[in-house]
Amino acid sequence: MAAEHTPQSSTSKVPLWRLPAFRAILFQVLLVLGILAFGNFLLSNTLQNMEQRGITTGFGFLDNAAGFGILQSLIPFDETDSYGRTFIVGLLNTLLVAALGILFATFLGFFIGVARLSKNWLVARLATVYIETFRNIPLLLQIMFWYFAVLRPLPRPRQSLSVGDSIFLNNRGLFIPRPVAEDGFGLVLAALLLAVIGSILLVRWAHRRQEATGQQFPGGLVSLAAIIGLPLATYWLSGSPLHWDYPVLGGFNFSGGLEVIPELAALVLALSIYTAAFIAEAVRSGIQAVSHGQTEAAYALGLRPRLTLKLVIIPQAMRVIIPQLTSQYLNLTKNSSLATAIGYPDLVNVFAGTTLNQTGQAVEVIAMTMGVYLFISLVISTFMNWYNKRKQLIER
Amino acid sequence: MTTHTPHPDLPPPSTSVGVIGWLRANLFSSWANSLLTLAAAYLLYLTIPPLIDWSLIKADWVGETRDACDSGGACWVFVSVRLNQFMYGLYPESEYWRINLAAVLLVLLMIPLFIKRFRAKLWLGLFILFGYPVIAFYLFSGGVFGLEYVETSRWGGLTLTLVLSSVGMAASLPLGILLALGRRSTMPIVKALSVVFIEFWRGVPLITVLFMSSVMLPLFLPEGTHFDKLLRAMIGIALFQSAYMAEVVRGGLQAIPKGQYEAAQALGLSYWKSMSLIILPQALKLVIPGIVNTFIALFKDTTLVLIIGLFDMLAMIQAALADPNWLGYAIEGLLFAAFVYWIFCFGMSRYSLALERKLNTGHAR
Amino acid sequence: MKNTLAIGLGVALALSGTVNAGTTLDGVKGKGFVQCGVSTGIPGFSSADDKGKFTGIDVDMCRAVAAAIFGDAEKVKYSPLTAKERFTALQSGEVDMLPRNTTWTYTRDSSLGLNFTGVNYYDGQGFLVTKKLGVKSALEMDGAAFCIQAGTTTELNLADYFRANKMSYTPITFDTSDQTIKAFEAGRCDALTSDQSQLYALRIKLSDPNSAMVLPEVISKEPLGPVVRQGDDEWFNIVKWSLFAMVNAEELGVTSANVDEMKASSTDPNVRRLLGIEGVKGEWMGIPDDWGYNIVKQVGNYGEAFERNVGMGSALGISRGLNALWSKGGLQYAPPIR
Repeated sequence: MAAEHTPQSSTSKVPLWRLPAFRAILFQVLLVLGILAFGNFLLSNTLQNMEQRGITTGFGFLDNAAGFGILQSLIPFDETDSYGRTFIVGLLNTLLVAALGILFATFLGFFIGVARLSKNWLVARLATVYIETFRNIPLLLQIMFWYFAVLRPLPRPRQSLSVGDSIFLNNRGLFIPRPVAEDGFGLVLAALLLAVIGSILLVRWAHRRQEATGQQFPGGLVSLAAIIGLPLATYWLSGSPLHWDYPVLGGFNFSGGLEVIPELAALVLALSIYTAAFIAEAVRSGIQAVSHGQTEAAYALGLRPRLTLKLVIIPQAMRVIIPQLTSQYLNLTKNSSLATAIGYPDLVNVFAGTTLNQTGQAVEVIAMTMGVYLFISLVISTFMNWYNKRKQLIER
Repeated sequence: MTTHTPHPDLPPPSTSVGVIGWLRANLFSSWANSLLTLAAAYLLYLTIPPLIDWSLIKADWVGETRDACDSGGACWVFVSVRLNQFMYGLYPESEYWRINLAAVLLVLLMIPLFIKRFRAKLWLGLFILFGYPVIAFYLFSGGVFGLEYVETSRWGGLTLTLVLSSVGMAASLPLGILLALGRRSTMPIVKALSVVFIEFWRGVPLITVLFMSSVMLPLFLPEGTHFDKLLRAMIGIALFQSAYMAEVVRGGLQAIPKGQYEAAQALGLSYWKSMSLIILPQALKLVIPGIVNTFIALFKDTTLVLIIGLFDMLAMIQAALADPNWLGYAIEGLLFAAFVYWIFCFGMSRYSLALERKLNTGHAR
Repeated sequence: MKNTLAIGLGVALALSGTVNAGTTLDGVKGKGFVQCGVSTGIPGFSSADDKGKFTGIDVDMCRAVAAAIFGDAEKVKYSPLTAKERFTALQSGEVDMLPRNTTWTYTRDSSLGLNFTGVNYYDGQGFLVTKKLGVKSALEMDGAAFCIQAGTTTELNLADYFRANKMSYTPITFDTSDQTIKAFEAGRCDALTSDQSQLYALRIKLSDPNSAMVLPEVISKEPLGPVVRQGDDEWFNIVKWSLFAMVNAEELGVTSANVDEMKASSTDPNVRRLLGIEGVKGEWMGIPDDWGYNIVKQVGNYGEAFERNVGMGSALGISRGLNALWSKGGLQYAPPIR
């Protein structure tokens, strides 16, 4: 009996193809082969098609002169510059919109998110209406609304709305005085830098002292005074080395001053209002994720409400909020590509638009454009992951 | 011995119950709160009455031309005159019934899903997801059973928006599940490929994807391959959203305790069986809100097809705004579009909340 | 899963057309229509009415080619393309031909893998301004803002013109011509610049066309013509000679009205060759012998197409000018059919 039941070595009986490990390897090899074949199929088609149709390939076109103008450029640009420079101009414009959008969306989003949890019924309701309205309407539509319905009907340059004789608003944009630095303004900047560094050191010292002795030091207030006061004092002492360049109505429009074009305004407005609705939801879920027991415990320890918020609730809520915030920042950056619908000269509009068209090298141009967005995404998420880890380490 | 009989409770003071009590607790609990309430009320006073006045009271509702709009309020005549185009795009007018029929059919098919006693919900659901699109496709495009052939370039308006988004949803969910499983796979190559695929699509803007699929795709295929432009847009949207869907589903998979996986293995279930019978039903239930949010995002994202020259509802409205006879009604047109999109998205999010509550009852943790 | 796949494949196959690796002509014959890239809406050149029917002088080029190949001018499908998309769409095979008021330039002809088949409209770039602005010449517009369509030669010419005259300007670039005219109407820019023909076409889209005027300056040469992919000489010839046939027909006095009569009774060997009765064979290009007859019969000669779409009788009201026949002081000149 026993002899009949001698366990047999499993490998001898089970066929090779039934071994899970073998099947996994086989499957993966087939998958890789399949993908390689597919990639090769696409690549060879592309190359063959381009060859056959005599389409120029390669990145040589980046050195050629562009020959067209761009509405807004953060770096000096004129028609004789190269296509490569149009890429930089477009990229910087995209980054500008993304940065402004992230800034405003964060402030607005936190504000709405906190208002959503307000004990005041009316305020909480208003915040809810805001969130439910703006996150359920397509962003493209919102961009168009701000651009075509709100900014378009503004008056023409000669009938501009104005504040004093220095700020003007018309359908060509918002014109504000531009500060122009004179000799000696560097001192003011140096003072500002000094104040910031000093404040950081001061706050750190105050923190260490509090941990060691329990004594508090109003580091925040002192820093604020230093950051505002020191540069101001320097400015006054060095004889006001700054003057303002006011916009002046010229032949067709205002010239001089700082110009905010309506395309930029509409885009930033729409992006921040839309994204703020999502950020508000993230903030709300983050704050609600901190259990009420934490608040009660803090009160029991004798912490005042303000300190409870600062030391107990916000640090814990941030752990929930930050990952969601990351993806909203990423979305905002990618959504800024909708600029092309209203003619704001971002990367997609300038580079994947005009440059692509003038050179006809779609494959290279689109690859570069997609590559940039991928890169930005990876950088933001890496940074946020790093920040996230750091926050969590401090907790324990 | 005196027995202590407690005095019956006094009624609460009149200031803490009823309307006054509610007002005190919710609006005027402190001076700061009262200030906030007053500020908010003032804001409402500034915005709401003029808005209602403009959009309802002073608005023009009936008429045929812009001459009907003379009262200074909103000109909804603009919308009503163009309504057919916003709904059906450039679809031939005599064939509108086909789209209506498809819509009615869909509603009829959906009704049993809401009836508790109906048993074959799963099969019906699968049919709606995979069988119905085929019927709808032949109804829309025609060319069979003596129906007039209508090329896809004439599909438009809200119809196109719904077609794009429903196809996107039906395609991105299974694809997203596969990708999520791939990302959690123990096979290193499968995992790596899934990660690369997901991160690539999540890292690029949809607009470049659509641009690539609309004009560059034929360059990648053998010469002469002819692909419908609408189909290419659908593929682009489906691939893009499947990456987001994969991340949502992955969240659900991660939330299932390891014991469940091990129990399935211990029962001797194969990988696919344990996934489809044990893991996925639980995981998907957990992430219903995420899935619906992805659907909502997809629905909103379909507006981007106007940039590659497909005429969805927003594109039809934009085209109507360029009509020289109706210049200057951008606000009305865009508000109408916003309202329609809002109804759909808000409806979906409420439905997901209800579904979540319903499915949650049995497994409340 | 299998179910999904099968149905997905079914839908994909139903939506996708034929697959073949042959020439463009074989492809067109196989699918039974010409896929034609046109604009997203420029009245007179190519625009769809509210029923989705396309008309215009560029659309007539597509119809002529369809008439030459199939004997039926209606066998055309249109892809409305923005200026940005148009070359990629042609290069990639998305469309078979591109008569989309596209300017013939050295770069486009030599580096994009495209060939221009001729000129169906001689144009030049001009400026549209509001009369209220009080500007009489483009040279008075130093510092002005201009609405332009992205990805056109217009963008480059404007830059050149202002650079040459040492003036500054602000370009405001949009994807479609509709957006440019809307922006112009709203006062986002001081002037709209484009090919003169387009300026007239866009002007009628203003709520008050008389409030704007076209400045006298023409700052560039804009020969507009149909484009095809490089490397398919047969297809190149068909498109090229479809245009030449229309110009020759006008020169010979053959119109859509009298073409049947001419076919029956004309003794002029030029006419008889044009109509495919004697001498030349359509099969040299792989199409029926009576291709010329079909074009004239169904689309008309060049003069008819011009008058119907952009001429004095149309909404645009443009005079023949440079586009008159060479024998009448213009530039339209076609090689003989023989």
